Amino acid sequence: MSILLDRNSRILIQGITGQQASFHTERMLEYGTKVVAGVTPGKGGRLHLGLPVFNTVEQAIRQEAPNISIVFVPPLAAADAVMEAAAGGLKLIVCITEGIPNLDMLKAKRFLAEQGSFLIGPNTPGLISPGQGKAGIMPASIHRPGPVGLISRSGTLTYEAVYQLSQLGLGQSTAIGIGGDPIVGLKFVELLEMFKSDSQTEAVLMIGEIGGQAEEEAAEYLRQSNYPKPVAAYVAGLTAPRGKRLGHAGAIIEGNEGSAQDKVKCLAAAGAKIIENPAWIGQTVRELMTEKKGN
Amino acid sequence: MLIHEFQAKALLKELGVAVPAGYLAETADEVRLAAEKLGGQVILKAQILSGGRGKAGGIVVADSSDQAGLAATRLLGRKLITAQSGGRGLVVKKLLVEELVPPAREIYLSLVVDRKNEKLAALVSVRGGVEIEELAKSGPQAIKKEYFYPERGLMPFQARNLAYFLDLPDAAYKTFLDYLKKLSKFFLARDMKLLEINPLIIKADNQLVAADIKMDFDDSGLARQPEISSLEDWSELSAEEKRARSFKLNYVKMAGHIGCLVNGAGLAMATMDIIKLFGGEPANFLDIGGGVTEEAVGQAFEILACDQEVKACLVNIFGGIVRCDLVARGLVSSARKIALNKPVVVRLQGTNEAEGRKILGEANLPFYFVEDFEQAARLVVNLSQP
Repeated sequence: MSILLDRNSRILIQGITGQQASFHTERMLEYGTKVVAGVTPGKGGRLHLGLPVFNTVEQAIRQEAPNISIVFVPPLAAADAVMEAAAGGLKLIVCITEGIPNLDMLKAKRFLAEQGSFLIGPNTPGLISPGQGKAGIMPASIHRPGPVGLISRSGTLTYEAVYQLSQLGLGQSTAIGIGGDPIVGLKFVELLEMFKSDSQTEAVLMIGEIGGQAEEEAAEYLRQSNYPKPVAAYVAGLTAPRGKRLGHAGAIIEGNEGSAQDKVKCLAAAGAKIIENPAWIGQTVRELMTEKKGN
Repeated sequence: MLIHEFQAKALLKELGVAVPAGYLAETADEVRLAAEKLGGQVILKAQILSGGRGKAGGIVVADSSDQAGLAATRLLGRKLITAQSGGRGLVVKKLLVEELVPPAREIYLSLVVDRKNEKLAALVSVRGGVEIEELAKSGPQAIKKEYFYPERGLMPFQARNLAYFLDLPDAAYKTFLDYLKKLSKFFLARDMKLLEINPLIIKADNQLVAADIKMDFDDSGLARQPEISSLEDWSELSAEEKRARSFKLNYVKMAGHIGCLVNGAGLAMATMDIIKLFGGEPANFLDIGGGVTEEAVGQAFEILACDQEVKACLVNIFGGIVRCDLVARGLVSSARKIALNKPVVVRLQGTNEAEGRKILGEANLPFYFVEDFEQAARLVVNLSQP
């Protein structure tokens, strides 16, 4: 089945007339994704890439009935765009933008919780359900449809993992980047829960990194839920220095919290198969799946 | 973004929060003069962007202006290695010379973005001058926390809860509430991550004085905080870090001998980790980012290749938005310019990889192509050994 995104998803692009947004909208359309409209305030009424452009999300919803929005709006306006999508009633919002202030995200997250909308990101490549649709900026060609659910805090490291899986003939049900910022929407716990009841997903691959507590929370969830599907995990940043931000706004070991060593320890104790070597991501997932089938 | 203590104190003073009388000094003479003005007995505080200054010897009490001058001669120009400076010494260029404030009591106050709970938190402790992380473990009953949200800010009843927990003398109570209101508004208005006053001194006459302050601002908020952005001190960055910053490259220097040039933060960390796994030590973290230009790739490569500590480099690119041919062109032009004489292992995957390999292959430079991630790591570790 896949989660969150399938062949029936109808996608709205906020900030569609921007350069990055235009480029990636074309790639999504090439992949066969149903992108149905775009929003750029002040540019409503015209066609862009053959798609109708509206001034507001409200108008776009009335005319084209999208159910997912992808936000490519600049950082200081992005949280407002996310809230606009939620206020319009969209239940899934994917925010690609990097560099949104923490305080804006705190406000947006609480607003989304009130509206009952889910957020993926910000600072994410988005998500893809291979063969069905792509709501993001990842290179489509490396993906194959298949049984592995993938949840990651990274961009290019996710592509590396997908590449390794696909090389071994292991496709993906849905691959999701949850974003590299300190405050993000859906995290490992919520997505593990969704993969649990997805019939296509036979195993889950988690890719974590230093900073925050999302991996520790995931470990706690795996333990408490007695998670029924095999889970493999790789955590980047074993060699990361303390107190330095490594690329992602959220990738920083603060005080005694957020080291890769702690995360690996928690996940291993919760029964996840730990991937020590980032060149063996595909191989380890394959071994894990064969083991479980043999049992 | 961290700012210096003297900058933070100037901001607090503007807000109307009392700080010790003091002067910023850059020479021993200036320190002596400042001490004289302050009545002789002073505290000297090294202005470096790192906590743990006291333990590293960066904070000195002097009993007279002469003693202050002498202490300044020893401190100025010295490299301080603190628990937080990542093994690197930070050169002391400025000293804050302050009056000694005799405390009747010391308390702790901080405002912080609580990432785990996705809220803002105001924290107080009846014990000031100690590390809050340590205290949270050893004496959590001495700490009280109130959560708040950006939409409404810290509410008056929450401030009262904190004040009564601290069991403040009546004369200090009103000032504390006033400070907390001003500070929480400032925190929200200026996109802060952390505002910590430790200790907040209660004097015998019940005056409150912010004796030490740490301010950390959200990097993503700086775009709308021109006043705060202008406080950034680049002088503590190494030449390489400055160069990287001006080309929007995410670069962090480390202690090893293998230079890493990677696109994407996660893949860059994984590349460092795999080098370590096969017995090498990474010389840096470097994420060239998604919107990189050919020129910036060249700059990134020069930073690594010209570093005396670097014996070999690993370029690991998974092309998505970043095209492998663009990276290859940047590498080649930079390698020619600096007459590259170190081995460079290159792994290119994704967008335009064939074109990228062709450009590098025709360049007649010491590039080694490896397709497999693990083989690339093993090879670069071998090549880096003498």
